[in-house]
Amino acid sequence: MIEVTDLVKRYGSHTVLDHLSFTVNDGQIYGFLGPNGAGKSTTMNILTGYIGMTEGSVTINGHDLLEEPDAVRRSIGYLPEQPPLYTDMTPQEYLSFAAELKRLPRAERADAVDQVMELTQLTSMRNRLIRNLSKGYRQRVGLAQAILGFPEVIILDEPTVGLDPRQIIEIRSLIRSLAEKHTVILSSHILSEVQEVCDHILILHHGRLVADGTPEELESSLRDNTLDITLRTSDECAVRGLLAGIGGISYSELAPSRDGYRVTVYPEGDADLREPVFRACAAAGLPLLGMQFRAAGLEQVFLKLVTDEDLPRQDPSAESPADISPDSGGTTDAEPAAEASEQTATETETDAAEKEGSEA
Amino acid sequence: MTAIYKRELRSYFNSMLGYVFAAAVTLVLGLFFTIYNLRGGHPYFAFSLSGTIMIFAFAVPLLTMKSMAEERRSRTDQMLLTYPVSVAGVILGKFFAMLTVFVIPMLISCLCPLVIAKGGGGSYLIDYSTIFLFLFLGAMFISVGMYVSSLTESQLIAAVAGMVVLLLMLLWDTLVSFIPPTVAASAVGFLILFALAALIFARSAGHPAVGIAIFGAGAIFTILCGAMASRWFATALTSFLGMFSVYGPVSNFVSNYVFDVKGLLYYCVMTAVFLFLTVQSVQRCQYR
Repeated sequence: MIEVTDLVKRYGSHTVLDHLSFTVNDGQIYGFLGPNGAGKSTTMNILTGYIGMTEGSVTINGHDLLEEPDAVRRSIGYLPEQPPLYTDMTPQEYLSFAAELKRLPRAERADAVDQVMELTQLTSMRNRLIRNLSKGYRQRVGLAQAILGFPEVIILDEPTVGLDPRQIIEIRSLIRSLAEKHTVILSSHILSEVQEVCDHILILHHGRLVADGTPEELESSLRDNTLDITLRTSDECAVRGLLAGIGGISYSELAPSRDGYRVTVYPEGDADLREPVFRACAAAGLPLLGMQFRAAGLEQVFLKLVTDEDLPRQDPSAESPADISPDSGGTTDAEPAAEASEQTATETETDAAEKEGSEA
Repeated sequence: MTAIYKRELRSYFNSMLGYVFAAAVTLVLGLFFTIYNLRGGHPYFAFSLSGTIMIFAFAVPLLTMKSMAEERRSRTDQMLLTYPVSVAGVILGKFFAMLTVFVIPMLISCLCPLVIAKGGGGSYLIDYSTIFLFLFLGAMFISVGMYVSSLTESQLIAAVAGMVVLLLMLLWDTLVSFIPPTVAASAVGFLILFALAALIFARSAGHPAVGIAIFGAGAIFTILCGAMASRWFATALTSFLGMFSVYGPVSNFVSNYVFDVKGLLYYCVMTAVFLFLTVQSVQRCQYR
């Protein structure tokens, strides 16, 4: 279990992490999500003891990072953003060196190295110089050193960056299999990756934790109950009459479509209008072709959270981890927010494209 | 530490740097040996060896330049510093690997006194004790070069700065002789030294009062000494700074034929100090 309390990192007057608090439970995959510069890598560097914190405390499996750094390092495997590779060595030599540094028992070293090379599919490249390996293979060597000896906590900073779609799928399934016995923390700015792999998501923005929960919790917490309905009729009056008979509608928009009418229904408050709409359609004899909630998907949650410039600081003592108020979102018309939104939208598009690629 | 030592040593001989260093130093030693001993007829190899001392000031920084700087540039320090190894272990592993590379030409040079003896004359005692001294001198040079390398990410800066520092160390006696042996010069010099000490201690203690106390005590000491023992005080600064002479022990071994234990100890202490500073420098980067 990892407990991070009030973590602050400042470089001079620049605050990179601003009172970050979270808890990571055993045997789960946690994903750090956030735009570039949100503080993901800094957090990971602090957790692994590579850089110091300005304030706060980090406890990993009951060991305080500052008081027992050796015990913490023994229980962690880390793949930094740029894999720390000695390019004048072969993967075999490098991993044997890593095994010795990790103080694996001498008799087990060779087997441990073979095992991680097989898991990361490096065996065919074991005797080539790392200098001559492609980016994807280098990333795998980095991953192999992180999981070598199977430490209890595995921390991976953008583990699939630079890999081709097939490799991404393989590495993701490897990460999933690791989580059966280990705690995995990974960071990514790729939404689909986090959504697919992680049990729990921590969204960082400007060094603050803006959301924390399972993908489902995050989605449902920001879902609005606006309904999109498609009705097979050409009679606008009938549709209007139908809507007038349903209670709890704030207002609605009608648009003729190929199948008949497309109606967007905005409820009053949080009312779930699916059943009343269904019953009213049935009573009026209007065929209901489709009905769905408008907003869904982590993408909206992410966009809403990271495009807001004036985020309220999340109370670390808050009971519910997925307690995100829809009002804290950033669908404002403020210019800076719009600008940021545009940037993130581009990123999300790229991510979506990447996802498509990986699914192909 | 052993893992780091083995990796570093292998890296020196994978990248040719180890071979080039050993070959270049052996070549220069051989040249000096040929010129002074074989052609010039000087009976002691120690004399030729002491003549090559400047070459070490240029060659050792080439050996040490990448030791820490390259780790930072290629981010491999992220591996070393997040693994269950101590920073001191990493530094010592690297230090001993470089020392091993340095020892190779020294071992080859052990043949020279045998060649001289074959021709008659020479002194094993003087020659081998000087070679022994050079191992300690080399260790000190390596620790200085390594410290400089830990301050930068650029190998080039590490090499050039290392050469400058080592040259200044070798020229120390000459630099000290520039200080006039007067009470005023000594007083100013001591005040500057106390001010530096005050600054360093105040910064590390994080309290300006510590610095003020040190400087105040130093100033009182300087004024009292200047007033009471003016003749002794006039040369006090030059004698004090002269104690840090790097070339002194070499000239004791080579010219005075004295086995200078104090000099050997001085090299050991300086090596330890610079290794300690390297550890501090790495940890400071980590916890900046």
